[in-house]
Amino acid sequence: MPKLSYAKALNRALTDEMERDPDVFVLGEDLKFALNNVTTGLLDRFPDRVLETPLSEQGFTNFATGAAMGGKRPVVEYQIPFLLLLVLEQIANQANKFRLMSGGQVKVPVTYLLPGTGWRPGWGAQHSDQPYGVFAHLGVKTVIPATPTDAYGLFLSAIRDDDPVVVFCPMPALAMREDVSYVDLAPIPLGVGRVRRTGTDVTVLAVGHLVHEALAVADELAGEVSVEVFDPRSLHPFDWAGLAASVERTGRLVVFDDGNRFCGVGAEVLATAAEEMRLAAPPKRVTRPDAAVVVGCAPELDLAVQPSRAQLVAAIQAVVKS
Amino acid sequence: MRPAAEAFYGTIRLIRRFEERCIDLVRSGDIGSGIHPCIGQEAVAAGMCAALRPDDALLSNHRGHGHFLARGSDPGRFLAELTGRVGGVDKGRAGSFHPSDLSAGIWGASGTVGHGAAIATGLGWALARDGDRIAVSVFGDGAVTQGALLESFNLASLWRVPVVFVCENNGYATTLPAPTAIAGSVVGRAAAFGIPASTVDGQDPEVVYDAMAAAVDRARSGGGPSLVEFTTYRYEGHHTFERRMRLAYRDEAEVARWRERDPLAIQAARVPPDVREAVDAEVEEVLDAAVRFALESPHPDPADAFDHLYATPVRLRAGVSHA
Repeated sequence: MPKLSYAKALNRALTDEMERDPDVFVLGEDLKFALNNVTTGLLDRFPDRVLETPLSEQGFTNFATGAAMGGKRPVVEYQIPFLLLLVLEQIANQANKFRLMSGGQVKVPVTYLLPGTGWRPGWGAQHSDQPYGVFAHLGVKTVIPATPTDAYGLFLSAIRDDDPVVVFCPMPALAMREDVSYVDLAPIPLGVGRVRRTGTDVTVLAVGHLVHEALAVADELAGEVSVEVFDPRSLHPFDWAGLAASVERTGRLVVFDDGNRFCGVGAEVLATAAEEMRLAAPPKRVTRPDAAVVVGCAPELDLAVQPSRAQLVAAIQAVVKS
Repeated sequence: MRPAAEAFYGTIRLIRRFEERCIDLVRSGDIGSGIHPCIGQEAVAAGMCAALRPDDALLSNHRGHGHFLARGSDPGRFLAELTGRVGGVDKGRAGSFHPSDLSAGIWGASGTVGHGAAIATGLGWALARDGDRIAVSVFGDGAVTQGALLESFNLASLWRVPVVFVCENNGYATTLPAPTAIAGSVVGRAAAFGIPASTVDGQDPEVVYDAMAAAVDRARSGGGPSLVEFTTYRYEGHHTFERRMRLAYRDEAEVARWRERDPLAIQAARVPPDVREAVDAEVEEVLDAAVRFALESPHPDPADAFDHLYATPVRLRAGVSHA
């Protein structure tokens, strides 16, 4: 079976979709040289559908909105996660509101692709953010695939979706490879989570690359605690029914989330679980601390503000005991 | 071909009286948002929109009522939008600030000043790939100090996008006089990006039409973007809230000077009195019917608050827990 890397999965999804739908085009910075390997080979195949942009993130994000209103399906690639906050207004206040403000006259099918969010060792404090919670909070469709197969399927669905969708690809997952049969690659619907590992004692909801960390912890604790690992895959829409079904089985919940603690995805999941799910013990979350800044240049400091396996182990043990 | 004098007169008269009716409806509480009246600027809307083909795409702004009426948006459905009714052009989801009416070629009105220009540029780029439609972005002098506007100039010029940038320079960004806000000039900005630009009298609809027609031809024939700066003036405040606040940022003499160049009077002088009277009477009939339609149209059902939020719907939770 061929090995598919996460980056190659993104490239393959985009190539397949551009082949299938002539309205799909891609724009962003340095695409010709495919710095993130997403656009490799595209310029040769689709010379008039790869728009290499100057450094004008706000301009080309709004440009994509207009092109989408005009019947195209733009895919916008950004090199740095924080750039998404530079264009937060253009995504959340323009692209995401035009359909509503027009009473349904227009649609805005833009995909915003972040091939590399989270910690980039050595890249400084302005390159290591995880702003996914902000977009989910504002009601922008947000997905965060953990595996190459999911990256392919969710990216494809994002492009086909008739609304703006942000695709977060966690940096630590980009190098991941997976045995796949190419014929099995298929679109994955937004808002459908997946149980990655079944268990009976506790549900760990893990986001993005932390899914793999959670699976490793589940292995580590196998003799002691039976851990179920749930990957929501998309944050808005969110698979509340899938999570509830898992918690119904285990009665306990730990959230493992690389976002900041205050108002983060972990906070939302815990609040919903407390209000609506049957829990045998108080839930816990393992997140970045409040106000965390990953400085990117000092590994000791960087690791101190990112959720760790050890923290997850401690949280699982505490929840299971209570 | 330039429309007949009475056609321009009719459009300007319709916009003027529509805005005056709207101010009445603001006073009565029927238009809860207030409005940004375009009284004094009607000739720009009339001349600019007459130079467009019905299938061209225009992106408006917060002072855009004139653009809608000049492009042929139904006054009743447009007014119903301003009063927040389901019979409105956007089913009551846009109000006065963010309307669109695709049937009249108006694709929206962004509230972030200057940022709509890049949306228009992307729209123009997309339309050009499938035919010869063009896009128009209309903004005020307040927009030219936004960096995002300059990014759109750069992209449009670089990619030869068929878009016309129209600056309605009415002299003030809310209360800030243009000379105290703008270093250099409006047309100088366009020139820096290799975009042909001119400053044109915005009080005469025929002059506006001629300048706009040249820019539209250039865009449609593959010549790329242009910028036209129309000098104009609003006789009312920035927003109807100024009627209560009485802000003293401009003096009466200045307003009086601009009233001497009232676009309604300029165009009225070109139309025989009997034709004018007939046009005026028709405008009143149209507006009477529009007000009736707007006030009789139902209010939206609160249960529909999430309609049209997404084109591919998702399940949303209510603001209160179900369990």
